[in-house]
Formats: sequence, C-alpha cells, structure tokens
Amino acid sequence: MTAPVLRLTGITKRFGTLVANDKISLDLHAGEVLALLGENGAGKSTLVSILFGHYSADAGQIEVFGQPLPPGHPRAALAAGIGMVHQHFTLADNLSVLDNIMLGSEPLWQLFSRRGAARDKLLAVAQRFGLPVVPEAKVGNLSVGERQRVEILKALYRGARILILDEPTAVLTPQESEALFDTLGQMVAQGLSIIFISHKLGEVLRVSNRVAVLRAGKLVAEAPAAGTSQAQLALWMVGHAVGATQRRPALSTGQPVCTLDAVCTAGGGRDRLNGVSLELKAGEIVAIAGVSGNGQLALAELLSGTRSASQGSVTFLGQPLVASPARLVSQGVARIPEDRHAVGVVGDLSVWENAVSERLRSPVFSRALWVRRGAAQAHAARITREFDVRGAGPQSAARSLSGGNMQKLILGRALVSPESAGSAHPPKLIVAHQPTWGLDIGAVAYVQQQLIAARDAGAAVLVISDDLDEVLALGDRVAVMHAGQLTDALPAEAWTRETVGLAMAGVHAVPAESDLSSVRPEPDFSPVRPEPVEGSHKASTGSARTAEANDRQAAP
Amino acid sequence: MRLAKRTRTSKLALVLAPICAIAFTLLISGLLVLWAGAPLGQTYALLFKGGFGSVFALSETLTRAIPLILTGLAATVAFKARLFNIGAEGQLYAGALAAVAVGGLHGGTGFDLPLWLLFVLMMLAAAIAGALLLLGPALLKARLGVDEVVTTLLLNFIMLLFVSLMLDGPMKDPTAMGWPQSVALIGDLELSKLVAQTRIHTGLLWAITLAVALWALMKYTVPGFDIRATGANARAAAFAGVPVTRTVVLVALLSGGLAGLAGAIEVAGRTSYVTLDMSPGYGYTGIVIAMLAALNPLGVLAAATFVAGVLVGADSMSRAVGVPTYIADVIVAASLISVLVATLMTQYKLVLRGKVA
Repeated sequence: MTAPVLRLTGITKRFGTLVANDKISLDLHAGEVLALLGENGAGKSTLVSILFGHYSADAGQIEVFGQPLPPGHPRAALAAGIGMVHQHFTLADNLSVLDNIMLGSEPLWQLFSRRGAARDKLLAVAQRFGLPVVPEAKVGNLSVGERQRVEILKALYRGARILILDEPTAVLTPQESEALFDTLGQMVAQGLSIIFISHKLGEVLRVSNRVAVLRAGKLVAEAPAAGTSQAQLALWMVGHAVGATQRRPALSTGQPVCTLDAVCTAGGGRDRLNGVSLELKAGEIVAIAGVSGNGQLALAELLSGTRSASQGSVTFLGQPLVASPARLVSQGVARIPEDRHAVGVVGDLSVWENAVSERLRSPVFSRALWVRRGAAQAHAARITREFDVRGAGPQSAARSLSGGNMQKLILGRALVSPESAGSAHPPKLIVAHQPTWGLDIGAVAYVQQQLIAARDAGAAVLVISDDLDEVLALGDRVAVMHAGQLTDALPAEAWTRETVGLAMAGVHAVPAESDLSSVRPEPDFSPVRPEPVEGSHKASTGSARTAEANDRQAAP
Repeated sequence: MRLAKRTRTSKLALVLAPICAIAFTLLISGLLVLWAGAPLGQTYALLFKGGFGSVFALSETLTRAIPLILTGLAATVAFKARLFNIGAEGQLYAGALAAVAVGGLHGGTGFDLPLWLLFVLMMLAAAIAGALLLLGPALLKARLGVDEVVTTLLLNFIMLLFVSLMLDGPMKDPTAMGWPQSVALIGDLELSKLVAQTRIHTGLLWAITLAVALWALMKYTVPGFDIRATGANARAAAFAGVPVTRTVVLVALLSGGLAGLAGAIEVAGRTSYVTLDMSPGYGYTGIVIAMLAALNPLGVLAAATFVAGVLVGADSMSRAVGVPTYIADVIVAASLISVLVATLMTQYKLVLRGKVA
C-alpha cells in the first residue's frame, strides 16, 4: 500500500480531567473515504479541530503528505491541502457563488480582483469533480444541497487534497444525500481523500471504504466498511448492544385530540404555516418529515402556545386552542422544544427550578405566589430519578447538564405531572420537535421509547424531525412539510424513503393520492371556512389575541 | 490573545479574585495619590479613618449609604431582569418631589389627615412617582423594542429640568431668600434619628428591610422566579409560561418605586426639602453598587456601605492631605472594573498563543 496522505500518531488532548482524545492513531490513504463514526462527545470534533489547527494536541503528531504539520495553525492545515466543510455553512447569502469562493483567497495588497481567472479556475475545478455550478448565481437563492456543493468547491478551489465533511447529510433530503455520495465517489476517483464524519450507521456503510469508530475519546475499532454491519458498528460505537427503535404499531387509535384546519401563521420569515390541516388522535404518533425551516418551527410553536394562528382554527379537546404555554401545560400538553439550550431550559437557573418551571403557577408548587420549595424539589427529584438525569445536582445550573441529560430533564418535566402520585394525569398531547437531535444513541433510544410509551398510555403524539429514519421509525402516520404546507398524514406503510424525499423537495407526488389538490403548487387562499355559531366567536378571539394579552390571561 | 472558557473554576481562584481586585484598585488609586504628591500610607489611613474609623465617621457613612442601598436595589432588580434602568437618578428626584408634594405643599395643615396616614401617603406617592417614570420606558421596550438605556438616561435630564421648574415655581419655598429649594416637609413627617448627635436616621432600617424583602422575593416567590428567568433567557421563560411582558412591567414598578423611595427617604431623613443638588449621582452610583454586589440584594448592603465609606472618607482625607475628593470616584470606578474583570477571570482564562475554536 502507498504511503498515507495523512497520518495521525498518538494524538492526545485533555480538557481538565476529561480526555477528549486518547492516543489516537489513524492513517488516511489517497483515494479513500474514511468514515469517522462516534456518538456526540466521543471526540470526533476534537480530533478534527486538532487536525485543522483550532486546538493543539497535548501529545502526538500529524503528518500530511509525509510532512509534519505544525500544531495550532489553521493556515498550515489549509496550506497543506486540508479542506473542511462544516455542517453549518459559512457562506454569505447576498453574494454570488464566485464571490463566496474568492472571499479571502486573494491577497489584500492586490489592487484589482482577478475575477476572470478565478471564474475559469472555478469552472475547471467544478468540471473536474463533477460539481456543476453557476458562478453568478446568488447563494441566497440556492437550495441547501447546492450550497453544500459551493462549500465543497470552496475547499477544492483552495487546492484541498484532503476533504473533511462534518455531518454533511444532516441538512439534506435523501435524494440530495445520494447525489452527494455520487459526488464523493467521483472526487475519490480523482485521487482525493475524504474524512466523513457521521453518527448515522447506514450512510457510513454506504459511502466509506474504511470506518474508524471513536468512543469516549479512544479509537475502539477500525475496519473496512465492506466487512462490517450496522449492528457491529453500533456495538463499537456504544460499547453495548443497542436495539434501534422498532416501529410498533399503535395499539388503538382514539378520539381526535387536536385538529388544525387550514392554519396560517404570520411572521417568522420563511418558517410559517400556509394552510395546514392536520388531525392528531389519541394513541397514535404522527411524525412530520421535512427539511428544517419549512414551517416546522411555526407548527411546533403554535401547539406549544408561543405563537398564534393568523388564519384558520386550532381545536384542542373540542375548544379553540389558546396560545398560552401555562394554560396548555395545565390542560395536558407536553412540549419538547427544538432548541433545548435556548428554549427548553433557562441555563442560569438551577436544575430543580427548571424541572418545575412549567407548572410553578399550579397550586401544587406555589401558594399565594410563594414557591413551595419542598414540593417543587421533591417533584424535581422524582423527575431526575425516573428519567435518570445525571451529571448535575438539583442546585447546580441547568447549563451544566449534557445535551442528553438536559433532554431527559425536559422530557420528564413535560411528561410527569405532579398530581400523578394520587391520580394520574398523563399528557393528552405531546409536541416533540427534534426530540433526539444531537443526542447519543443511548439517549435517542430512551427518548423514543418514552414517546412510544406515552402514546400507548393514550396520548396523541406529534413528532417533528429532520431525521427521516426517526420519522419512519416512530410515526404511525407520516406527513411531510414543505414551504409551510403539509401533505396528508398517511399511514407510515404508504411511504417509502423515495416518496418522502420527493415530498421534502416539494414535489407533491403523494402516494395513493391522485387528485389535483395534492399537486397544487400554490397555497390555497380560499376564505376561512365558516365556523359553528358559538365556536366562531371563541376561535376569532383566540387567533387575534396578542402575546401580551395571553400573558395577562395566564395570570393565576 | 483571547479568552477561553475554563473547564472548571478552582476554589482558590474564587478566594483570590476579590483580593486581587482590591489590590489592583489600591494600586491604581495609589499611583494617583503619589502623583498628587501625598504620602500613600497616610492617605489610605485617613481615608479609612474618615469612613469607618469613629462612631461619627461610621454614622456619616451609614447615612450616606441609605439612598445608595435603595438605588442599588433599584438597579439590582432591574438588571436581574435585563431591564437596564439608567434612570434611577430621575426616579429619585421624582420620588423626592412627590414626597414634598404630599408632605409639605399644604401650608402645614397636613390635609387634616392623621399623621401616620399622611406619612404612608407620602411614601406611596414617592414610590408611585418613581415607578411611573420607569413604566413608560419599560412599556416602550416591551411593545415597540425601544432601547430603555436611551429613554431612561434621557428622562434623567428631563426630570432635573422639571425639578428646576418646580423649585422656581409651584413648589418654591417663599422663605428661602431666593435659593432654589422646595417647601419643607412638616416637621412631624421627618424620620427620627437612630443615634443621638448624628445624622443617621430610621431610613436605614427601611433600606435594610427592603433589601431583605427583595432578596426573599427573588429567591422564594413566583414573581422572583419570573424575574430571574426573564433576565436569564426570555425565550425559554416565555416557553415555560412566564408572562414576560407582565414581568418586565412589574420589574419597572419595583425598580422605579425603590428609586422613588430613595428620594422620599432622603428628604424625610436628611434634607427635609428638595434641592437640585440633593443627589450627587446616587442613581448612577446605584448601578455601580448593584454590579459590585453581583446583583445580590443582600450584597447591595455591603457594597453600598463600602462605596459610602469611600465617599465620606475621601472628604475628610482630602481636607487633611489635599488629595482631591475625586479620588473617591476613582476608587469606586476602579473597584468596579477590577471586580468585574476578576469575576470574569474566574470563569475564563487568558490564552496568549494559539487559537481556540
């Protein structure tokens, strides 16, 4: 075998007592895709940051094309031919593709920009690696997949021979992912080497030649992709056998709990609803797939009480839904927000305060505005015990919890109602937005099992997720969101990855639906349907209410 | 050179931080003292003695601390909710004017009310006046997103001009021989002295009570939770059902009310009438005190006493060795910056070389 293009020898990095990378040695060969697999916190990002010069290792060496790489210099990594494509793109939306690629690549003292030469070079690179691109197109108008292509071209334009891709499929539809994998194949055929970082087992096997598995900072396995299996990779990654959540059909589907009828929301930029109708029934999970930013946040906020509908009606348990978090929680809505750090918890406040924050106004936890600390702390202790929240005591700040433990805390807060010691009040509706995002496999399985258990206990569950595997694994019925509109929620069996992917891209080829209404490209602006007389008054006041008014209404 | 977050904060650092902050403050101020040509040790000794060294010095310090505690509390509760009230100075004057309006502007008749009721009304009027002055900026911020730093700061100047208008007009003291001062409170409304032969008055007990009450409010009540949650992360607070707008309004009423009370207690306890220079920037110093106290209401008691001691001590030191009293402002300002930097350094470390993602 030829000499490796990249050789890591004994890389060790400590943060305090935490050993993020423990004597990791890895080789990368020319024309190879090496998958770097590991759970969140396994040390993948640290290793890449060291490689890229953001951190310097405490011990160990890096050699690129036989030359040692000086530690701690990002420019050295770039100059040596290492390029990185981040999960979150670093592009300027208001500039053209060519401008984005040239940014920072020209010396400051060069008086005139050599756009012509740059354009030719870009097109040559694009041609060579099979990445078609329009240099004059504005990045803001490109799709996510196209933007990722620009990011890859940016690295190649700068002469990268080793490309690091950090969770590249996280933002793509299945079809776009396939296209990316084809592109990677073409680049490897041209002699490039690729490090592919992921925690998704299927795509790792699909795309890579070799897999290196990190666990708790250590390199635990290295194997050719051809000779291994998903189960084996999962075992290495987690250290013990973890069954992926298997879809279990709903036991029995009950009455409608929450109904959306032609709902539109205002504001929120691109993320809004544009005539969404949906029925959530007791005892079933409805999973919403879609590339994020297509209205998922608006839907989640609407049902969480932090946004109100501008048109249409939302009915919860037969009444118009009132956009007030406190009221919804008391009515039995369990809410799991997308961003657990920014919305789920108040990081500066203690774990126990966060555990009861949603229900602090109930008489169980406060009397005459005085917090009943005994009851509150006992309830918090119960949540941390039942949901196995570890890593920080009840008095420490919630921000010191890891992502998985924070999510368990939020889950426990949402699912455990304080009265349940005597008389159980399980949630009637669960709104879970990206409930497993960024969690390790063990925590993912735990969260998903809790949602299924809540469904079996009779809750209507809405799961909104970017992760297609999760949608298909959890949903009894599945709907796809695109540009603020939702397809019909059909039984999961009626969908395939391909049809979901097409719907995610906005092609309304909905299975078992041939009428024109589902391929209608433009939103429906037909007038709001008339309401029953006694309901219409409530519905209109409900939707016209402002956030401030709701605050007032939530008064104890 | 950049700041990197420490993975853990050592106990030693927590102990060393305030010591380093004090040492740095004394060093900076010491350089200025030397520049002024005064002996360093004697200057500091006189300063300490003037602030804390005798019963009289201590009583003067505590007298000065009373309005500072109240404006410090006003800033504490507002900043805790991220409502940056820079207008405590104006709210203090509003409270002082309201106090005199109720307690003095009736030709000594007291509206024919029982004295205790008149006293309660006077304090209430002062609190309400201060609260209303902050309510406008708070509502503008909550509804329209208008920056409250600008509005509250500018209201200070409007308020000072309004005070000037009142002192030359409707509230002018006819017996003051042209001095711009207001009618005095009727004597029975004045706060009694705590210690004979000193100026220290029962307003100190008010201030301490309010500090403890605010501490308990923040720690043990639902509105206290709302205030802390709103300040720490308004989005997460709203998600959890905290009425964020209502909380901001409540905070405005509390903060403005405390600053208004500072004015009333200053009038009732010390000056008995309003003048244009009755506050040498108590409202602004309150912000410094709140920051020194790390927004802890009980810490405000200590921080206000420290600042008052430095201010009072500098007066007597200045008379003895001729270092200008401005050294007090330098000491207070340097201590604030040192404490802020020291606190920062317990959580971050300085990385001189290399890059950290």
